Amino acid sequence: MIKVENLTKRYDNFVAVRSIDFEVEKGQIVGFLGPNGAGKTTTMRILTCFMPPSEGTASVAGFDVLTHPMDVKKRIGYLPETPPLYPEMEVSEYLTFVGKLKGIPSTDLARRVKEVEHRCAVTDVAGKLISKLSKGYRQRVGLAQAIIHNPEVLILDEPTSGLDPKQIHETRELIRSLAGEHTIILSTHILSEVEQTCDHVIIISKGAMVAKDSVANLTSRLRGQATIALEIEAATGSLESDEVIAKLSQVAGVNKVITVASRVGRHDFEVEAQAGHDIRADLARAVVSAGWNLNELRAAALSLEEVFLELTASEKAKGASE
Amino acid sequence: MKNILAICEKELNSYFSSPIAYLAMAMFAILFGFFFWNSIGYFVSISVQSMAMGRSFPMDVNEMIIRPLLLNTSVIGLFLIPMIAMRLFAEEKRSGTIELLLTSPIHDAEIVIGKWLAALCLYAVLLLISLANIGFLFLYGKPDWQPLAAGYLGLLLQAGALLAIGAFISTLTKNQIIAGITTFAVCLLLWVFEWVGGYETAVWAKSLAYMSVVAHFEPFAKGVIDSKDAVYFLSLIFLGLFLSVRSLESLRWRS
Ligand SMILES: Nc1ncnc2c1ncn2[C@@H]1O[C@H](COP(=O)(O)OP(=O)(O)OP(=O)(O)O)[C@@H](O)[C@H]1O
Ligand SMILES: [Mg+2]
Repeated sequence: MIKVENLTKRYDNFVAVRSIDFEVEKGQIVGFLGPNGAGKTTTMRILTCFMPPSEGTASVAGFDVLTHPMDVKKRIGYLPETPPLYPEMEVSEYLTFVGKLKGIPSTDLARRVKEVEHRCAVTDVAGKLISKLSKGYRQRVGLAQAIIHNPEVLILDEPTSGLDPKQIHETRELIRSLAGEHTIILSTHILSEVEQTCDHVIIISKGAMVAKDSVANLTSRLRGQATIALEIEAATGSLESDEVIAKLSQVAGVNKVITVASRVGRHDFEVEAQAGHDIRADLARAVVSAGWNLNELRAAALSLEEVFLELTASEKAKGASE
Repeated sequence: MKNILAICEKELNSYFSSPIAYLAMAMFAILFGFFFWNSIGYFVSISVQSMAMGRSFPMDVNEMIIRPLLLNTSVIGLFLIPMIAMRLFAEEKRSGTIELLLTSPIHDAEIVIGKWLAALCLYAVLLLISLANIGFLFLYGKPDWQPLAAGYLGLLLQAGALLAIGAFISTLTKNQIIAGITTFAVCLLLWVFEWVGGYETAVWAKSLAYMSVVAHFEPFAKGVIDSKDAVYFLSLIFLGLFLSVRSLESLRWRS
């Protein structure tokens, strides 16, 4: 549905996106994951024909963004990073205007506006001025304008940014419910968002693509090297962290133990497991049998930063071995 | 065509839901009203004088009231047009809504023409206010309506030209104020270029004077529709709109 080949975008001399390649099949939800300045917005702006690529090609439903922009634009619904709203308009007035721009026939327009208002849960504010809406409602109106013409492809730039947890949940549900009929690309900084909403993930960092995989593969690949966080306290008297490290290192399947923080008689550790081992039960037994208090034991979630380090490190290793 | 109307309608709506339209209308009404009643007062005093002197030559309402009034109206336009044009694109660029317009299946030219039409409509509404005053002349005098119509056509053409230039300038910046000030400076220059024709007869002076909007508006105020004046305004309109479209295109390449 979407095909990107060797896509490069330069601003003056600064390379914002560096020869990215990917393909998105019909009906997939693809997460575009990357830290600030990675080039997510830039790539999306090229796909939506807002700006042309410096090199390479991008096509949507078989239409090239440079040579057939009208055909591409008709098939795309786009929610930019800041929802493109006119504060002086009322919600339904705005959606009607966008519907006209997207070429919805006037006989269907009122019905479509009602439908998307209902779908994006903005029916109660339909008659309100957009300038009076809260951030979350603005985001929803932004989403409503993106889907109003029932486009084949949806491009959503950080659809959940600035929302409260409940709204984040609702928006993710909404996006999931749109899957199937639409092909969706969404960008985010949040790893767990990709896990919860997307089938596939494309990770970019500093303009280059770091990984492109199904979410299931990626998570299992990362979970393989799970890290466990522990807080251990002496039952009585004092406790040296070296003592604990020595003990924990003997547990089967442990790769490495590091001290994260130390207070009097109390230490935080991170234990890295070997791939494929679940060491939590064994760790707990080891701590308790040594007579220490186990205050906390949890799987340390990988942060986005760590995922990058992980991925870039493994890419480098692969590159070196080739 | 449908797209142009959609843009135009939206733009008119936002003019009338912000203070700009009302401010422009109020300023225009006050200034025009002042000029109007001023020239009526002058006209009446001249008439009384000439009657006292026993002469009863027919006073020409067109010549004495309408012509100077049209010229004054075109000066008022000079100040109001930057105010009307400045937000056209600058505001969309600032708020990011330009992203919606440029990623919708419509042509850049449709966006530009729609916005320009809306600005011209607002100006036409201002002219309607002036017509309400002029109506008085028809109640009490017998002005000739043809030169009046020509004058109004001239005012619309002039506004169309300056608004097209203003629209172009508005595509160049995110800042409405900068767009407004620059447009005002350009309008003013197009105005005062005529002055060089007064003392210099070299080719450069003549061509500068040719570029002046005043020189091309004056015949309209006299009731004369000369095709070369119409062509001047129409080419300015075309140039302004063309540059705006090109500027939107290059916005994509630059941004
Ligand atoms: N108009 C522009 N002119 C020059 N540089 C730009 C422009 N827009 C973006 N950049 C640069 O290109 C890089 C990529 O920006 P982009 O907005 O695509 O990142 P992003 O992945 O969307 O980041 P974020 O998560 O912060 O939204 C950044 O370093 C940014 O500074
Ligand atoms: Mg971004």
